[in-house]
Amino acid sequence: MDLVLTEEQQLLQATVREFVTGRSSLKRIRQLRDADDPTGFSPELWAEMARLGWLGIVLPVEHDGLGLGYLDLLVVMEELGRGLMPEPMLSTVLLGANAILLGGSAAQRAAHLPAVAAGERLLTVAWQESRSRHAPTHVETHARPAGGGWTLAGEKIQVLDAHSAQFLVVSARTRGEARDREGVTLFLVPRDAAGLRVERQQRLDARSVGLVTLDGVRVGPDAVLGEADAGAALLARVLDRATVGLVAEMLGGMTAAFEMTLDYLKSRQQFGVPIGSFQALKHRAAKLYVELQLARSAAMAAARAVDEGRDDKTIARVASIAKARCSDTFMLIGYEGVQMHGGIGMTDEHDIGFFLKRARVAEMTFGDATWHRDRVARLDGY
Amino acid sequence: MADLESFRDETRRWLTANAPASMREPLRNPDDLCWGGRKGKYPADVTRWLDVMAERGWTAPTWPREYGGGGLSKQEAKVLAEEMGKLRLRPALTGFGLSMIGPLLLQEGSEELKRAHIPAIVQGQIRWCQGYSEPGAGSDLASLQTKAVRDGDVFVLNGQKVWTSYGDKADWMFILVRTDFEAPKHGGITFLLMDMESPGVTVRPIKLISGSSPFCETFLSDVRVPVQNVVGRANDGWRLAKALLGHERTMIADVFKERDDSRRLVEMARRYLGETDGRVSDARLRDRVTQVEMDQQCLDWTLARSRDNAKAGHRPGPESSIFKYYGTELNQRRRDLMVSLMGPQGLGWEGPGFREDELRLTRDWLRSRGNTIEGGTSEVQLNIIAKRVLGLPD
Repeated sequence: MDLVLTEEQQLLQATVREFVTGRSSLKRIRQLRDADDPTGFSPELWAEMARLGWLGIVLPVEHDGLGLGYLDLLVVMEELGRGLMPEPMLSTVLLGANAILLGGSAAQRAAHLPAVAAGERLLTVAWQESRSRHAPTHVETHARPAGGGWTLAGEKIQVLDAHSAQFLVVSARTRGEARDREGVTLFLVPRDAAGLRVERQQRLDARSVGLVTLDGVRVGPDAVLGEADAGAALLARVLDRATVGLVAEMLGGMTAAFEMTLDYLKSRQQFGVPIGSFQALKHRAAKLYVELQLARSAAMAAARAVDEGRDDKTIARVASIAKARCSDTFMLIGYEGVQMHGGIGMTDEHDIGFFLKRARVAEMTFGDATWHRDRVARLDGY
Repeated sequence: MADLESFRDETRRWLTANAPASMREPLRNPDDLCWGGRKGKYPADVTRWLDVMAERGWTAPTWPREYGGGGLSKQEAKVLAEEMGKLRLRPALTGFGLSMIGPLLLQEGSEELKRAHIPAIVQGQIRWCQGYSEPGAGSDLASLQTKAVRDGDVFVLNGQKVWTSYGDKADWMFILVRTDFEAPKHGGITFLLMDMESPGVTVRPIKLISGSSPFCETFLSDVRVPVQNVVGRANDGWRLAKALLGHERTMIADVFKERDDSRRLVEMARRYLGETDGRVSDARLRDRVTQVEMDQQCLDWTLARSRDNAKAGHRPGPESSIFKYYGTELNQRRRDLMVSLMGPQGLGWEGPGFREDELRLTRDWLRSRGNTIEGGTSEVQLNIIAKRVLGLPD
C-alpha cells in the first residue's frame, strides 16, 4: 500500500542513475539523432541493461526474469526517462514481452521471454493505424484464413522500434467492421516475413519508429497470440501495462526538465540578480513543482495497482488517470521550461527543447490526456 | 499485534453499543459537527455522543490520561479511527481546541495552563477561536499592532482582530499581541490565552459575499489578561504562531475533503445535463467533471504519499503549503463547476423556484472564493514553496 520506495528500490534507483549518468548523456542522445541511424539506440548499452537484469525486471523467474513488480520497473523507467534514453524498453519489454506474457501459449512464452530477458530478442507491437487515432479497437488491417493459417494485409503507423524488432505483434481484424470491439486478433509476425515492409518514419523526438506495410503476409496457425477474435481485450491489457511504464519514463523526463529549469532560474542573471528572485517566475516554478508532485503520486499509484493484482478495469482506470495527468504535466513543464529559459531555450544547442519534444511524443503515445479522461468517464459509467 | 486486534474488537463493540444511530448519517456541512462550548446548542444525540466519547477521552484519543485524554498509542488511535470510519461515525467533537491550541499547550504550555484548559477541551466545554489577523496585518501577519502592556500581574490589551472564525460562538481566544515595540517585528510578539467574557471585548460578525457570517471582528479595549496566560515565553509568540499555521492549512484541506462526496459531480452532471446513450450529454462539461475528479484523486494519492513518507521517518517538509495551495484551488474549480452544471438553477439567492440544495451550492461557491485567501493566500503558499522547497533566492 505504501507510496514510498523501499530500501531495495532506493538502491536500484542509485544503480540505474549511476548507469544513466555514467554511460549515457544528453550529448549521446544528440549524437544518435544526428547519426541518422534507423536503429536509434545503442546495442551495447542494451546488452549491459540485460546483464543488469532490467529487461526481465517484471518477467517471472521461470522465464529468466527477476520477478519484481511495476514499482521496481518505475524506478528503472524514471531514471532512463531522466536521461531521455531511447533504448527499446517500451517496445520490447513493455509492449512485446507483455503481449506474449499475458496472451502467449507456453511454447510462445518459452520461445521469446527468456530471450528478451537476455537481451537477445527485440519485439514490438504494431497496433496504430492512420485512421485509428488513439483507439486500439479501430483496426482496418485484416487477416483472412488461408491454408490452415492466415494472410495479413494493411498498414500500421509509427510502430516503435520497428526497424530493430525481430518479431512484431500485429493487430488485425478477423471479423466485423473497423471499429468493432469483437473480431480483432493479435498475430506474432517475424519482421523478415515475405510481404512485410518497414519504412522509417522521422518523428520530432528522433526515436526510431516505422511505417509497417503488410501485403499478403502469410503466417501459420501458431502465430495467433491468445484467442482469435478476442485480441482487443488482450491488447488493452498490454497497452495499460505499457502505459504504466511510459508514465514512469515521463515522470523522469519531466523531473529532469524541471530541475534543469530550476537551475537556470538560480544561475541566469538579469538586471543584476538571478531571474529566480522574480516573483512572477517563482510562482510559476512553485506551481510546476506542485503539479509534478501530483504526477509522481499518480505514476506510483498506477504501478502499485498492477503490483497489487487489481482487476483489469481498475488497472485501466488508474493507468488512464496517470497517463492523463502525466501527459498534461510533462507538456506544461516542457512549455514552461522553454519559456523560462528565454531565447536560449529556443535554440537547438540547448537541451531543454529535447524534453519538450519528448513530452509531445509521449503525450500522444497510447492516447493523449483528453482521450484518457474520456476513457475514465466511460469506465465510471458516465 | 494480538493486543491491537483485541482492542479493535472491543472498540467496535463499544462504538456499536454507544453511538447514537443518527451519528452515522453523512454530514451536510461543518456546522453539523459538534464544536462544543458554553454557547452551543446541539441536538440530544450530538450531546450524548460527545458525553460518552469524552468520558473515555476519545475526543482526543492520543492525549495523556492525566489531562483527560484517551491515552491511546498511535496504533490504537489509528484502529479507533478505522473502526469509526467503517461505521461511518462522525467525530464526536471538532474545533480549534482539539486541532490547534490543545496540541500546542501540551507541547509548550505551563503545567498550570495544561490543567486549566486541556480537560475542558477534551470535554468540549470550551470553544476556542484564533486571534491572528488584523485590519493592517493579513498576509504580512507579523506586522500586527494589537498592544499588550504589562501592569503588575496582568497584560492590558488594546487593538482589533479581524477574520476571527466563529468569534461570536467562542468562549476563549488564543491571541497574538505585540509586547515589545522596539524589537524587530517577528521578535516582539507574545502568544496569550484570553477569556472572551473579559470586560472590554466586543465581537461583531462580518457578513460575507455568500450571505453567511462565519467570521467576526473582535475589538479589545483595556482588556486585562493575567500574565500566567502567556504560552511559552513573552516575545516568543511568532515561533508558536508559525507552528500552528501549518496545522491550520492541513485542517482546511481536510475539511473540504469531508464535505465532498466523490460521486456528487457526476450525479449533478447527469441530473442537469441529461444522458444520451448512457453518457452525460454535454461532452465539454463532462470532461471538466472528469478533470476535477482526477485531480482530486491525484491530490488524495499525494496526501497518502506524504503520510507514508512521514511514517517511513522522513522529516515532514513544508507539505502543508502544497496541500493548502492545491486543495483550495481545486475546491474552487469544483464549486465553480457545480454552478456551471446547474445552469440558471445556480443563480438563486432565496425564495421560490430553487431547491434548498441549489441555494446552498450557490452560496458555497461564493464562500469558496475565500479558500485561497484565508489561512495564508495562494500567493503566500507559493512563496513558501519557492523559498523553502525550491531554494529560489529572495
